[in-house]
Amino acid sequence: MSDLFALTDVGVRFGGTRGVQALAAVSLTIQPGERVALVGANGCGKSTLLRVLHGLVPPSQGQLTSPPLLAQAMLFQKPYLMRLSVQANVALGLWLRGTPWAQAKAQALQALARVGLAALAPRAARTLSGGQQQRLAMARAWALAPQVLLLDEPTASLDPHAKREVEALMHEFAQQPGAVTLIFASHNLGQVKRLASRVIYLEQGRLLADLPVHDFFNGSLLQTQYPQAHLFVKGETL
Amino acid sequence: MTTFADSAFTALALITELNSSLVAIVGRSLGVSTLATLLAGAVGLVLGAWLAVARFAGRGALLTLLNTFLAVPSVVVGLVVYLLLSRSGPLGALGWLFSFKAMVLAQALLVLPVVTALTRQVVEDAQALHGEQLQSLGAGTGLRSVLLAWDERYALLTVMIAAFGRAISEVGAVMIVGGNIEGFTRVMTTAIALETSKGDLPLALALGLILLGVVLLLNALIAGLKRWRQGLEAGSVTPALSGAVF
Repeated sequence: MSDLFALTDVGVRFGGTRGVQALAAVSLTIQPGERVALVGANGCGKSTLLRVLHGLVPPSQGQLTSPPLLAQAMLFQKPYLMRLSVQANVALGLWLRGTPWAQAKAQALQALARVGLAALAPRAARTLSGGQQQRLAMARAWALAPQVLLLDEPTASLDPHAKREVEALMHEFAQQPGAVTLIFASHNLGQVKRLASRVIYLEQGRLLADLPVHDFFNGSLLQTQYPQAHLFVKGETL
Repeated sequence: MTTFADSAFTALALITELNSSLVAIVGRSLGVSTLATLLAGAVGLVLGAWLAVARFAGRGALLTLLNTFLAVPSVVVGLVVYLLLSRSGPLGALGWLFSFKAMVLAQALLVLPVVTALTRQVVEDAQALHGEQLQSLGAGTGLRSVLLAWDERYALLTVMIAAFGRAISEVGAVMIVGGNIEGFTRVMTTAIALETSKGDLPLALALGLILLGVVLLLNALIAGLKRWRQGLEAGSVTPALSGAVF
């Protein structure tokens, strides 16, 4: 199976030579259908790696290759919703990618139905709760029919109930036909266990562990071969 | 104190009797400043929003220059427009000097940096917070600047009010290019300057109070409109404006 993403010694530096090295010599490949969790302490480079994969941040060093016209969507910790209706916010994503507005609105309604927000379609988007806003963002991503969905701590600022709802949608996203590849950053190790098939541990911009999820949570393996990751899992580096 | 009391009384008298020359002056002031603000807005909102999102070599220098123009005295703008419109100037053939159009042009140039710089700041703040998400959805530089400016429309309305305030309260530029001709190019600020130089301080102050009142009324109207729109959009209905645009 051909790689969706192949990173070779990718580095990202912000602010020139005196700036911050956000990523350093990261090499990895990601296959279609994988559910990859990026974990690590704050500032370890998870968000930067997601942005590099999504094309929002160009690598300062190294090489990133991905198939041309790869359909991607990204969810952010706090979704940006314009002063428009719920339906218009979803349709906007489609419209920006070339779908005529009338068609975009119809497709938006279908996507909203999938996340249980169809009844709120005419509501002003900014009046929704945090969990509903994230579900709206999920519908916006869904409407774009992406091959890859990148999520930057999508449940970090949500209450437990909303967290569960968004997690269920992420799970549903990953299960749908066509094998959507999920790549998400998370601080919630329970969520990582539940959703990921592979875990990448980053520390100070460096990739220190890249393991199948059951190996990552295998204490003795991690302790002997990946001591920093083991300390992180135990909560000792936070 | 007597001067202030006299002024308030004179202002009241002028308003209640609907003095025709006063009405003409107020109307002219509002006309010139409204047109100038709209002109500056048409250019400044677009330019400011684009400058907020676009990244290019020399952008920093351009922004510094733009911010410098915020402090340009109105008489200097008047002088430049005067030179442009004078018979030997590059725009002399238009024959606009000492006319309503000249005053509109001068005030538009005066408030253009205000609209552009403040719009740039408002949209750049929005871009820092949300630009990445719009980019992720597929919006390029131009669309991003339009969408962010649209989303910040209430803040930009305040920018326009500030620009209007700067336009209607300036005296130097309109005095130079308009000439303060009675019944033709006399506006409130030039009338105030004239009455002051004549020593009729109560009348000058009365005109000042009326000017303040007019601006206060306009601001209250716009604030009311803004609150009404925000209330509508915070409700459960689809915003009418969103339907109009998309």
